[in-house]
Amino acid sequence: MIKKTLMVLSLAFAVTLGSFGVFQGELALADEEAVNLGKKVALNRQKGNCLSCHMMDDGNQPGTQGPPLIAMKLRFPDRENLRARIYNPLEFNPNTIMPPFGLHNILTDEEIDAIVEYLYTL
Amino acid sequence: MVKKYAVLLAAAMALAWSGTFANPENDRAAFENYFTTKFPDVPLDDFKNGIYSVDPIARADWEQIEEFPPYEIAVDAGEVEFNKTFANGKSYSDCFGDGAVRGQYPYWNSERKEVITLELAINECRTNNGEEPLKWKRGKIAELSAYMSYISRGQSVNVVVPENDPDALAAYERGKRFYYTKRGQLNFSCFDCHGTGSGKSVRLEKLSPALGHATHWPVYRSKWGAIGTLHRRFGGCNKQVRAKDFKAQGPEYRELEYFLTYMSNGQEFNGPGARR
Repeated sequence: MIKKTLMVLSLAFAVTLGSFGVFQGELALADEEAVNLGKKVALNRQKGNCLSCHMMDDGNQPGTQGPPLIAMKLRFPDRENLRARIYNPLEFNPNTIMPPFGLHNILTDEEIDAIVEYLYTL
Repeated sequence: MVKKYAVLLAAAMALAWSGTFANPENDRAAFENYFTTKFPDVPLDDFKNGIYSVDPIARADWEQIEEFPPYEIAVDAGEVEFNKTFANGKSYSDCFGDGAVRGQYPYWNSERKEVITLELAINECRTNNGEEPLKWKRGKIAELSAYMSYISRGQSVNVVVPENDPDALAAYERGKRFYYTKRGQLNFSCFDCHGTGSGKSVRLEKLSPALGHATHWPVYRSKWGAIGTLHRRFGGCNKQVRAKDFKAQGPEYRELEYFLTYMSNGQEFNGPGARR
């Protein structure tokens, strides 16, 4: 009984540490699904294919067209702004090589939301 | 005083005018300058080697491949075809002399008001002599083009936009517009990848600079496992950016070839080529 209580306690402690300490409360358990979907879409060659141009995460053989996707929360603290840059990057730079993933229906709204969620873990 | 202002105004307008309507030679100089500035270590006359001018690792592989070039079979087949006699007793040499004419194409035909490419001329030589036209992108036409390019190696790229012909300039401008227009679901222009993106990689694939792009066709492409024409590659590029491709040897691609080859004026024709 004590053992069980201890286990529950330590588990609760780990979860708390996870959400408040490491991810600063951003990554609630409910978001995990979105993060996983975001990573899947980002890596899929027929979908985001982000790796073709950006170094990111644990992806192999990244391209060098765009900047590495690191410290995203720090560089793009405004979620809507980051989302808009994926939806239609031409709004920010008309000569950019980056495709307008939302405007041209390359990705769905849900997929872009998930990618934003995922990017904030990088 | 008023006179002085009038003169200044006229000069300013002339400047604005020349800026708005850049002439092909200014375009070409700016184009060349873009790439020689971006790749200061690449000798100007090496851009004709495409991606291998900027990718030393791929170049080592390519130089090995060039020792037994995969396009040799196509060159031989093209020579045999070139020397065949048509049903009417004539042959390609009645149209092209010895066949070493790569340096004359593409050119603007003022009477027909259109760009004539080497492949177009090959098929017109056939149809004018009662033969069936060949398919545009691969096979016999690419072999003939490979043979004619091979025996033309070393000729200078010297595309002319006749100054007194506004239609020629308009065709050139359409080719240029095509080149810089973003298209397809992925929204890439030719220049996005082969200008801005050149020298940088997409996954592991380095993108080739556009200067010298038109010198080495047709190309034996390992991906194709065969020799193919420049317009086949244009179509492939368009499809890769998820756009609809245009017809090989239609006006759009011929005018694109006109512009793109003009940009390589001063380079050397060195086709056929071998590419991954």
